Amino acid sequence: MNNMRAKAVLQNYLFILPAVLIFSIFYIYPFYKVFTLSLCQWDGIAQFDFAKTFIGFRNFIELFQDKIWWGAMMQAGYITLIALTFQNALALMLALACDRDIKGGNIYRVIFYLPPVLSEVVVGLVWKWIYDGNYGLLNYWLTSAGLSSLVTDWLSNPKTALTCVAIIHCWKGFGWGFIIFLAGLQTIPRQLYEAAKVDGASGWQMFKNVTMPLMVPVFILVSILTVLGTMQVFVLILSMTNGGPGYHTEVPVTRILESMVGSSRFGYACSQGVMFGAALLAISFVQIKLSKYMKQA
Amino acid sequence: MSSSFIVFLSVFLVSCGQEAREKPLVKSIKVWHWMSDREDAFLELAKRYETEKGIKVDLELYAPSDAYTQKVRAAAQTNTLPDIFGVLGVKRDFASFVKSNYVYDLTEEMNRDNGAWKNKLFAKALAVNEFEQDNSFGVKPGIYGAPIDVTNIQMLYNKDLLEAVGVNKPPKTWKDLIEVTRKLRAKGMQGLVSGWGETWMIDCFASNYAFNIMGKDKILDTIRGKVSYADPDWVKVFDLFREMRDEGALASGIVTMVNKTAEQIFANNRAAFAFNGSWCVNVYKGMNPNLNYGAMLPPEVSDKYPMAIWGGAGSSFMVNKQSKDIQASVDFLKWLTDAPQQVFLSKETQGLPSNKYSLKDMPMALSQFANAMDNATHPNVWGVSESPIVIEAFDKGIQSIIIGEKTPEQLAREVQAVKEREMAKNQ
Repeated sequence: MNNMRAKAVLQNYLFILPAVLIFSIFYIYPFYKVFTLSLCQWDGIAQFDFAKTFIGFRNFIELFQDKIWWGAMMQAGYITLIALTFQNALALMLALACDRDIKGGNIYRVIFYLPPVLSEVVVGLVWKWIYDGNYGLLNYWLTSAGLSSLVTDWLSNPKTALTCVAIIHCWKGFGWGFIIFLAGLQTIPRQLYEAAKVDGASGWQMFKNVTMPLMVPVFILVSILTVLGTMQVFVLILSMTNGGPGYHTEVPVTRILESMVGSSRFGYACSQGVMFGAALLAISFVQIKLSKYMKQA
Repeated sequence: MSSSFIVFLSVFLVSCGQEAREKPLVKSIKVWHWMSDREDAFLELAKRYETEKGIKVDLELYAPSDAYTQKVRAAAQTNTLPDIFGVLGVKRDFASFVKSNYVYDLTEEMNRDNGAWKNKLFAKALAVNEFEQDNSFGVKPGIYGAPIDVTNIQMLYNKDLLEAVGVNKPPKTWKDLIEVTRKLRAKGMQGLVSGWGETWMIDCFASNYAFNIMGKDKILDTIRGKVSYADPDWVKVFDLFREMRDEGALASGIVTMVNKTAEQIFANNRAAFAFNGSWCVNVYKGMNPNLNYGAMLPPEVSDKYPMAIWGGAGSSFMVNKQSKDIQASVDFLKWLTDAPQQVFLSKETQGLPSNKYSLKDMPMALSQFANAMDNATHPNVWGVSESPIVIEAFDKGIQSIIIGEKTPEQLAREVQAVKEREMAKNQ
């Protein structure tokens, strides 16, 4: 009996071994290496020698005092806030519209899902052209509509640059939320709505009392994905503003790249990576805790 | 009889085998480069080299340059660098490659036969690849790279647009430049365009004027920490950007503009001046073959010190010190920098050759770039280098002046504060 049990346990471990190995090689080991490098002053060129380059937590101490880094975190937070609210609200509204039996529903689904599958570099360059201060379409439309007082250099103006990038990020990303929301909406049994209708519930009441409670897990999933995806926004920024003007559109990943490639401070870049990863982990943890609380409530 | 024949045959076959191993009939060398605009020309040269010398040159292109930089660094860590490669970046990074034994010292090869190889190359192009005695990087003095072309960065002017505002000659002084841009503005035309979203170009422009206002020694003393960035001369440099902003002399959106966009604007007659490198001759030719333009030194602010422009080796190749075919790699670089190949490269890419004896049949603008080589300097030949963190604060700060967020005085104080912090860190 004991032998059989031991064999079963061994079999179980054997089955999970490939997954554990892959996870260890591609996640655990790289994270360990990044953390090790974050404790060193290394330029990424010379042969790495831990003993010679070890500086303890000096990179982290410097990072805590790095105003540009924290500014970049705040800016990524601002884009995330816009994505969490406007992007997801738009995605939900469109999902609700497509959940009904409307004519050409499938065509709308394809159209709404187009932006996410486009290349970020292409999207960035096209929108950069639209926003161009001299020859951009946006300024042309504004002038044509008699709103020339609003004409500006959208991406070079510190007051508008970050919001412009955030809008494009939302435009590019709402399709993901739309698809997930739509899938969630389609799992809600139709009988619940029919029963609510029989009871005389209005559209808003049905949304509030039927759709919303059943969609809580989906809202949580979408919000976690939005936060994780948006905080790591990078390619759009690189192709549209390169972090400028000044530091106004810098985000954590552009700062990490600058430290690694621009300044050859590999160790510092790794400490930024560790700090950023820890921040995202903390945010996800809070979101999961919050979701459990909401489910119970 | 038969046993001695077998012994003879064995010795003969073994000797043949050794001979074959030592001198393979066809060797090949591997070259990694990042110059997508020169790929076709390089492929043609590789073909010619194989025909002439019987050695195959495997060219591998990794572009853009950021990706190439990463590729080379990663290969260095895993000891998989090719026979010939380029080091992109500042001199400090180059020094790190040399100190880590990734780069072969070419000094002996350069000096062989009374310096035959060295003497045919432009000294300023070589200087970028050279480490002098007692250099601050701690590298053994020597020449560690072979330049394959020469570039410098100047100002370009659109002759048609200047004529449209009644200006027949390009401005010689800063005052003239501002005056011309006023006229252009009055006619709804843009003044100076450049890729100042790529901050190194701002650094280059500011550095030119720093040379003109305070001279090389004071700049180097600033880098050494003996002169403050809050010094009035530095404030004067920063103030030029404030003045250009206030006078509307800069093209719209310049602070986030990449150089490719700036090149399109200038090539399409949408700005009268550009700040760009000699590679632009090829770019403008592709964008607008009828563009009527010339190259000039940036107009002087002061007559106290000469105007300097960034220039020297545009692209250089290094030989991998761990390569199994060092001599074959060196021979290929010698061949590549020979006059016939340099003339071919120059014609195909509209660039300046690194070989002194290859300056033939150049377009007007390119010869204007060539003539300005006497004014060329480069941070890589100064012997000291500024901290990248200070450079970033300096360049991004100038962007802040252009967008009206900071005053020159404020920026000067901020850059000095960063400099002091960096110096304290290194002590």
